[in-house]
Amino acid sequence: MKQVFNRPESLKDVSTHFCPGCNHGTVHRLVAEALDVFGIRSETIGVASVGCSVFLYGYFDVDVIESPHGRAPAVATGAKRARPDRIVFTYQGDGDLAAIGMSEIIHAANRGEDITVIFVNNTTYGMTGGQMAPTTMPGQKTSTSPYGRDVKKDGAPFKMAELLSGLEGVAFSARVALNSPKNVLQAKKMIKTAFRYQVEKKGFSFIEALSSCPTNWGMNPLDANQRVTDEMIPYFPLGVYKNTANL
Amino acid sequence: MTTAAVEKIFVKGNEAVAMAAIEAGCRCYFGYPITPQSDIPEYLSRELPKLGGEFIQAESEIGAINMLLGAAATGARAMTSSSGPGISLKQEGISYMAGSELPGVIVDIMRAGPGLGGIDASQADYYQATRGGGHGGYRIIVLAPASVQEMYDLTMLAFDLSDIYRMPAMLLADSVIGQMKESVTPNPRPVTVLPPKEWVVRGRSEGTSQNVVKSLYLGDGEMEAFHWKMHARYQELADRECRWEEVQTADAELIVTAFGSTSRIAKTAVAMARDAGMKVGLMRPITLFPFPKKAYASLSERCKLFLDIELSTGQMIDDVRLSVARDADVAFYGRPPGAGSLPTPEELFEQIKKNYRASA
Repeated sequence: MKQVFNRPESLKDVSTHFCPGCNHGTVHRLVAEALDVFGIRSETIGVASVGCSVFLYGYFDVDVIESPHGRAPAVATGAKRARPDRIVFTYQGDGDLAAIGMSEIIHAANRGEDITVIFVNNTTYGMTGGQMAPTTMPGQKTSTSPYGRDVKKDGAPFKMAELLSGLEGVAFSARVALNSPKNVLQAKKMIKTAFRYQVEKKGFSFIEALSSCPTNWGMNPLDANQRVTDEMIPYFPLGVYKNTANL
Repeated sequence: MTTAAVEKIFVKGNEAVAMAAIEAGCRCYFGYPITPQSDIPEYLSRELPKLGGEFIQAESEIGAINMLLGAAATGARAMTSSSGPGISLKQEGISYMAGSELPGVIVDIMRAGPGLGGIDASQADYYQATRGGGHGGYRIIVLAPASVQEMYDLTMLAFDLSDIYRMPAMLLADSVIGQMKESVTPNPRPVTVLPPKEWVVRGRSEGTSQNVVKSLYLGDGEMEAFHWKMHARYQELADRECRWEEVQTADAELIVTAFGSTSRIAKTAVAMARDAGMKVGLMRPITLFPFPKKAYASLSERCKLFLDIELSTGQMIDDVRLSVARDADVAFYGRPPGAGSLPTPEELFEQIKKNYRASA
């Protein structure tokens, strides 16, 4: 019998700590598949951030640097400049990348660092217990926006894939979702393209992955998945925002 | 006729740091402009590209220290430099580097503070440097040059000690040493046996184990074990690496103690005292962490009076008092930082006379 489905080589054979219905596991898998496709596991350095994604090294079978909160793009810059022959990627959440780490991501992107950034947007701070994130949607209730996000006081959510695509240094920017088999397949393709940019030394590549967070949204996994479909995707449209090399 | 001797050069302290970093094999520098250290990034932005090195003017001091962290994690020799306000911003990254056992050199050309303070010489960041500076309870190696020659030599030493002990090393100078020009012999890098960097991230090839550079320790007892391991390493550092300079201490009845630029002025004042027939010596710590406690203890077995002089209201004096014998007195003369606060040799000589008489 032919085996048609298996764990990617770049992932360890362990259970994750992620909650039921969370999409981190899916994104991990798609990144690992991309590393396998290009055969670059043995030359890849991952940069973990602070939040639910901090345990990157526990799941990926690659060398990993753990970064301070928000600083992963600066850490990745230092690693890539010192080892330009390596594949360097960061994996960051929305609080990490779009709040405390906004300066680092904007400048790494603007310098056109030859790295790949995987950005998981679940509209909340997961690890710390569901506080308001820079991507929390208007009116969304969180533990620090109990009356709902007030755009007049808190500002509107950042749309990172669009924002970064406006920078000259960015070669590839796309937003994907994991809420349906179709979208997972599309996400797989986009993540692969993002790594292709780095493999071919074509510049900074960015993936924003919309993810559910059932635990902190107070929903069951199915309802959370439905929220991605009904609320997040209309507000954060999927698509390729920049593709300079048409890969 | 050819000569193997290294020719002397006439350079600023900050330039000497940059030149020594290159001699030490540093090819990655990440910095941000701030007075009075900007000569360092300026020099390296010009010279590193010629050597195939990487210079990045970072978006912030936070960006710079984290680039240092990333480069150091791959095993590269890397450096950043700044002054007070910028060093404060770097503390987050320094703490993470200490927690991740990463080497790396941080140059601190101290200026007056707190806050924006001023650009004059200061020694008021002694606590910040020698107590770790950031969160979590750690120490870093701190070297205090007193001349442009030492800016050169101690920069190279900082790289070696940092690699050997796997912890960040700081060169702690001030705007006087950073900005003044002196003749320097650009000594070649000393031969040092460095441990192999088997821990670096490099890509996990078949048959090799996964390397992770991290500071998160959640397992039972892991964090406690880390702290005790580092405690032992700090002790090892103290046993092996203390450096200091003594001037005419053998018969001294009063020993002046100061570090960095202040020790230069103090040295002149000590010479004036000797000319006046007073038995006065100088003790200058070169390593501020590890602090040369045993050397002070040894001096204080015979000499019972010390005069600590600092460009602050007194910080190093705590370490001096903790090091000397219980029956030794430590007097203090401080000149907190700011314009016009550098003492003259005559002023320090007056302090020597005042305290020397009191002891006689």
